[in-house]
Amino acid sequence: MHEDLNWAIGGEAGDGIDSTGKIFAQALSRAGRHVFTSKDFASRIRGGYTAYKVRTSVDKVRSVVDRLDVLIALTERTVDENLDELHDGSVIIYDGERTEFSDFEAPDDVTGLDVPLKSLAEDAGGAIMRNIVALGAVCEVADFPIENLDESLEKKFGGKGEKIVENNKEAARLGAEYVEEEFDLAFDFDLETTDNDYVLLNGDEAIGMGAIAAGCKFYAGYPITPATDVMTYLKGRIENFGGHVVQAEDELAAINMALGAARAGARSMTATSGPGIDLMTETFGLVATSETPLVITNVMRSGPSTGMPTKQEQGDLNQMLYGGHGEIPRFVLAPTTVAECFWKTIEAFNLAEKYQTPVYLTADLAMAVTEQTFEPEKFDMDAVEIDRGKVVDEDEISKWQNEKDQFKPHAVTADGVSPRAFPGTEGGVHMSTGLEHDELGRRTEDVDVRVEQVDKRQQKVTTAEEEEDFSYREFGNPDSDNLVISWGSNEGTLIEAMDYLDQEDVDVRLLSVPYIFPRPDLTEDIEAAEEVVVVECNATGQFADLVEHDTLTRVKRVNKYNGVQFKADELADDIQEELA
Amino acid sequence: MSSNVRFTDFKSDKQPTWCPGCGDFGTMNGMMKALANTGNSPDDTFVVAGIGCSGKIGTYMRSYALHGVHGRALPVGTGVKLANPDLEVMVAGGDGDGYSIGVGHFIHAVRRNIDITYVVMDNRIYGLTKGQASPTSRSDFETATTPEGSKQPPVNPLALALSAGGSFIAQSFSSHAQRHTEIIEEAINHDGFSLVNTFSPCVTFNDVDTYDYFRDSLVDLGEEEDYDPSDREQAKDKILDSEKEYMGVLYQDDDAQSYEQAHGVEGNMADIDTDGAPDGAMDLVREFY
Repeated sequence: MHEDLNWAIGGEAGDGIDSTGKIFAQALSRAGRHVFTSKDFASRIRGGYTAYKVRTSVDKVRSVVDRLDVLIALTERTVDENLDELHDGSVIIYDGERTEFSDFEAPDDVTGLDVPLKSLAEDAGGAIMRNIVALGAVCEVADFPIENLDESLEKKFGGKGEKIVENNKEAARLGAEYVEEEFDLAFDFDLETTDNDYVLLNGDEAIGMGAIAAGCKFYAGYPITPATDVMTYLKGRIENFGGHVVQAEDELAAINMALGAARAGARSMTATSGPGIDLMTETFGLVATSETPLVITNVMRSGPSTGMPTKQEQGDLNQMLYGGHGEIPRFVLAPTTVAECFWKTIEAFNLAEKYQTPVYLTADLAMAVTEQTFEPEKFDMDAVEIDRGKVVDEDEISKWQNEKDQFKPHAVTADGVSPRAFPGTEGGVHMSTGLEHDELGRRTEDVDVRVEQVDKRQQKVTTAEEEEDFSYREFGNPDSDNLVISWGSNEGTLIEAMDYLDQEDVDVRLLSVPYIFPRPDLTEDIEAAEEVVVVECNATGQFADLVEHDTLTRVKRVNKYNGVQFKADELADDIQEELA
Repeated sequence: MSSNVRFTDFKSDKQPTWCPGCGDFGTMNGMMKALANTGNSPDDTFVVAGIGCSGKIGTYMRSYALHGVHGRALPVGTGVKLANPDLEVMVAGGDGDGYSIGVGHFIHAVRRNIDITYVVMDNRIYGLTKGQASPTSRSDFETATTPEGSKQPPVNPLALALSAGGSFIAQSFSSHAQRHTEIIEEAINHDGFSLVNTFSPCVTFNDVDTYDYFRDSLVDLGEEEDYDPSDREQAKDKILDSEKEYMGVLYQDDDAQSYEQAHGVEGNMADIDTDGAPDGAMDLVREFY
């Protein structure tokens, strides 16, 4: 019996791969099983190979693996693409009545189940349901009670009427019955169900949900893979909380609209990917200089230029740290799990308003499009805290006016943070500008005022380092001589890699760093270790460079930049090689 | 809003650094008078500007204001207005700012029909960068960067606005103080996006599009009894007329729905619950079961 099941459906874009995968993933989650999904997709609308993979276990699953137990192949290419991952005992479900499968033979040691997906679907009411027939077949193969599919089908098709839902349930049953009656086979799978409650969501959705939880009311964005899901999540939901989403004409407009809303007092956000950050960088400097609180989400993909839009990378770290001319105080947060995407988004809004400065929130493609199960308590809305910083109303405004009753939006203070008056506040009238300015916001080239304002803005970073807890998440053996450091979505894969390393009697201490700037000082941790390895999905080791810069110590690097996220066993091998 | 507001309340104590005689003085005075005449106060007004001579306006006026980057003033104004529709939002720009680097934003702001008033100080030249051709410069106008003329036709901002579905399209002249103020008042009162292209002569770098030229050539549609601004065909003829230039409200569609009306945007988004996540937020989690 397998402790987990690795399942995939593959075909051409437009074959309904995503929705079929999602239906199965939800059914597993509702049956109290942990789920981790991943997508392999090309940058095109129809055609081209695409796959949706689901890994499920009763235990927590945090990464993808190189093994495939059950594969629904809608095209023969699907089999070719996944050949390496099929193993002795794997099952392929295909439709032999399709031309390209007419003389298909499953690879040795793999069981091929020829299920007439299309004709069974037609029996149930329409050929379009052939993927659902396949799901039914999977339930029979995996010994997963088919009733678990029903709720997912209701959720997916409920809006289209009872008849459609019933037809789909019937399609699934026909698929299951076909396998049961036509094949006299015993499979090794036995998908246990539990009473556990789980929610299933991806990083983009968690960021959107975090934004609403944080009181974000305004979002402006421009469609770009893989950040668009943030916008589609918010659209239709944020309105229920008094907010609004604008699909802007370009990224320049998006960040400027978000800036305008923020200056009007709204919690405001935009999200994009690296190429969009390039375009937004012009205004990023204005956001910082005008001391406007703004959250800018960067869902990273492979660069540079248009790069590989649908592939994984963590290559934009330097862009977020250093992008823009002049010197710009900023925060850069990098959540390490889907659940952390939720909490770091809320933290991003609090930091933005407390310190009146832009905050980059970054997820990578692997985390943004990866769905994962969590206990709903991981998104406990009662634990959400809101800090709007130094907002002043009519009663307090006089404290921040000069002798001519002019409000000082850039007043020099010990902590570097000035008072903030929302438009409409009587006595708070002021202008702000990207030009260097005095405390009133008026342009100046006075050498002393220039230095004073630069120092004031930089002071915010120092204050935040003192007041906030920019620490790391720690796993593994705290006393190990082997230190592994990562940022972003590699945390889950590393936790699973530690199991593989454990089998080889290699123990490690893992520090997963969710703050890029400011970030925790790792000097003591590095001095206490004998070997240090920094793991990241880029070619040059951008975070490793920072670690070396901060600690004045050389570190070893494990980098992957072929567009595919790390797999746990592969990562364990790479780390072991560096440690040897 | 207060009825006791005078236009001087919209004046800051900063002396403009515009050249003596610059058309921008008159353009700005009209904006301030129109704001006061329509019952707005500096506390409830937000003025956005981009870069260039026009961009300085936020410094010389007194209101909530942002002086942004080149060409991006309209998106900022859009964000301000949607976040707090109670604010009177006025965006000021120049011909370079609005019709060159910002022309994409211009078209989209027009078609969205957000309720903001956009005043473009059109002097048909780049002033602050010292005399280069602008998108509204005449094709034969010789400048530092077009020594033999640009040989390209100028942008017609009114035609762009009309083709993008503009609901209020007007042209004004900074020197006709009374008319200029009236036109901006009408723009403020219009429920939707209002373009007021204002001829605002540059006395330093443009010796063609001068005060005398506009004074002699502009035809005021307000004085033409048979002109009906709600007639789109008539407006089109005037806007595309290559012989004459017009002043006044060329086109106004009072029935056009504003973006805010169409999308049900209302309320001040600055107001949020600081006790924690908003009521009903747990429903967001339940969706993922």
